[in-house]
Amino acid sequence: MTAASPAAGDRFLLDRRDFSAFLTSIRTAGYRIVGPTVRDGAIVYGDIQAESDLPIGWTERQDAGRYRLERRSDQALFGYVVGPHSWKKYLFPSHERLWTATRDGPTFAVISEPSDPTPLAFLGVRACELAALKITDKVFMGGIPDPSYSARRTRVLRVAVQCGQAGGTCFCVSMGTGPGVTSDYDLSLTEILTEGRHEFLVAVGTEAGGSVLRSVPLRPPTDEADRTVTAIVAHTASSMGRSMDPTGLRDLLLSNPDHPRWERVAKRCLSCTNCTMACPTCFCHTTEEVPSLDAEKTERWRRWDSCFNLEFTKLHATPVRASSSSRYRQWLTHKLGSWHDQFGTSGCVGCGRCITWCPVAIDITEEVAALRVPPPAPTPGGGH
Amino acid sequence: MASDVPSPSPAPSSHPLAPAPYFVRRQTAETGDTNTLVLAPMDGGPVPPALPGQFNMLYVFGVGEAAISLSGDPTDSTQVVHTVRNAGRITAALAQLPPGKAVGVRGPYGRGWPVDAAAGRDVVLMAGGLGLPPLRPVLYHFLSHRAQYGRIEVVYGARTPKDLVYYDQIQEWRQRSDLRFQVTVDAADRSWYGDVGLVTARIPDVRFEPGNTIAFLCGPEIMMKYAARDLEARGIPRSSIWISMERNMKCAVGICGHCQFGPEFVCRDGPVFRYDVVRDWLAAREI
Amino acid sequence: MSGDPHGRPEPEAPLRVADHPFFIGLDPQLTREASRLAKERRFDTGEMLVRDGDPAHWFYLVFHGKVALEVATAEKPHLTIQTVGPGEVLGWSWLVPPYLWRFDARALKPTQVLAIDGTEFRQTLANHPEQGYRFLVRLLPILAQRLENTQIQLLDIHGL
Repeated sequence: MTAASPAAGDRFLLDRRDFSAFLTSIRTAGYRIVGPTVRDGAIVYGDIQAESDLPIGWTERQDAGRYRLERRSDQALFGYVVGPHSWKKYLFPSHERLWTATRDGPTFAVISEPSDPTPLAFLGVRACELAALKITDKVFMGGIPDPSYSARRTRVLRVAVQCGQAGGTCFCVSMGTGPGVTSDYDLSLTEILTEGRHEFLVAVGTEAGGSVLRSVPLRPPTDEADRTVTAIVAHTASSMGRSMDPTGLRDLLLSNPDHPRWERVAKRCLSCTNCTMACPTCFCHTTEEVPSLDAEKTERWRRWDSCFNLEFTKLHATPVRASSSSRYRQWLTHKLGSWHDQFGTSGCVGCGRCITWCPVAIDITEEVAALRVPPPAPTPGGGH
Repeated sequence: MASDVPSPSPAPSSHPLAPAPYFVRRQTAETGDTNTLVLAPMDGGPVPPALPGQFNMLYVFGVGEAAISLSGDPTDSTQVVHTVRNAGRITAALAQLPPGKAVGVRGPYGRGWPVDAAAGRDVVLMAGGLGLPPLRPVLYHFLSHRAQYGRIEVVYGARTPKDLVYYDQIQEWRQRSDLRFQVTVDAADRSWYGDVGLVTARIPDVRFEPGNTIAFLCGPEIMMKYAARDLEARGIPRSSIWISMERNMKCAVGICGHCQFGPEFVCRDGPVFRYDVVRDWLAAREI
Repeated sequence: MSGDPHGRPEPEAPLRVADHPFFIGLDPQLTREASRLAKERRFDTGEMLVRDGDPAHWFYLVFHGKVALEVATAEKPHLTIQTVGPGEVLGWSWLVPPYLWRFDARALKPTQVLAIDGTEFRQTLANHPEQGYRFLVRLLPILAQRLENTQIQLLDIHGL
């Protein structure tokens, strides 16, 4: 390698045996690496100290309401899809102090929560998750930038991974977000695992991405590697576990608040909020005031909330959305419909988490298909 | 290498969602459960400029925040005025604050009444219950620029005579010849000689030129829905009717998700909406 | 909030059924018949027009003033539930068996009405079914509006 950093657009091959050097290089650049690791029977995101923290040789089987880890026949590092966590937990933590106020004579003084200055490297960001990051960026940084989100977000290094396989609930192809990583990354990896070969094609997306490669042993890319990567992405794209027609979804949802399907899905929905917690773009939160016992100090906390909670819409002691059907309708109509009005994009990236982690296997793609069937017209003279 | 990583920026000195310290200058009872608070900045500085119809987040130390409409004179830069119904933990705490005590204020937030669009037109203001306080700033505005507007008709309805806010001020307004201020209550005892009936029942008696009138409605949703329908029936187009919505609010800046009403964030896109924009959502249930 | 700052002086001209908004546009024959059955009446502030339970022989076309409709409850012997003003009609009990008033009506200010003999007018409507039908069609939207207002009041909207 020359002294100059690899530039955006550069591509290299990284041998599997040099992956540790790659991690070290990222860490040496000052980043705290967070990425996939096996915990409690799932692949979740946590701190990566060494490559042995990665889910080497693991994959998962996903379906509506089902998730099981399984051993792979190989030693792939990124041979899984997505688990219950998403990157939002780092940028928008589930529980976070915003500020602290102390009494000061007749008045009070507010001190903002300082942000942790350590930049984060997200290792293994999938294409759908890059799309989700862009969406939460619009939410938290589109207007008045949220200080804690933007302080962390502007320092994140996105090490993306192109998916080598599709999960049982994946539908990123339908949502146009994957599986290929085409933009919005600092580095993009594709894991090549063929007989006798285990390596990564590395694409540099930004200067920040290139700079962490400076001390990593790299080889120039080969045509064969390029062809293999193209085939990998094509294979993943053709094996999506789910599909959903996104055409006209906004209008469909906004014009169907009375569709009978809402009542049907509400009979199954437990309002457990799992879908909103697992969703990489759901951003709703509430605030909590936590005073000290002597009432001299008080803290303002932010906590993930969900539109499935009855308290969420409470107005004058009464929830506006009291029925389960109205809450499911709100979630889906927002996610796939009014999100377009608010942020110029769908709120769904096709990651399938809401399907997998729903305890009663409600499937967003199935619900959308059902909502596309026009409700029966009222019978003239019938009913009431 | 380290220089390639953006250096950590120091924590901002003040969080955009942190309240500024104000103190209670005055607190007066309007009705049995509703008080008007006059608040001024602790540091003696001016209050941020606000438009009629906007709201503040009021904060009680150690208790929490509530969204409350501004209800004072919008040109007064020395203080803010809020009329608050004691209806929950935070508003109850606000109601108990004596003069001198600290209150946190952040805001103003949201879109207010389109006073500029009212220029040269007849104006109808309809308020139900605690819908009068958010309309009072707009009335101050109209009266201080009286020549710019045509007729000004106000209809204010409350549950009973005891539930009327701004009682003395309404007496004064009713004496004015450049303003017609009707009051009606849902029910009354024999000490009341005014009208009894819904605010909507007064609409046939409101005077305006339908093609050149703007109407601002504030009150319970069902009242605004029926009032808008009846004003429409009298010839005011939907696009000239504006309503002020209320929803659960936490952040007031469109990121917490609580106040969504169809595609709108009530805190950011409202609370004042043009009726034709939100009419379908008002008609649907549990939006 | 008592009194009407926009109160108009009471005119001295005789009241005419044909001038009342309710009768404007109705069949002239019906208007003539109502005029024949009409008596001009004045009520001072506080005077009762109608008492709950009394036979409902009359209905009133209000021209000037204001009338409170009161109901009695255990806690509140005089709860005003509606006021009726100029241009409005007071009383439907003459059309509905057993033809008894269901509320008290009391003048809140000096009030001028035309009282129409409902017992006779009922017979007129029955004798002229086509005109009677038109009269009821005129009446029905007002009753529907009253019903809607009552429904909204039941929701106690301002108590939210």
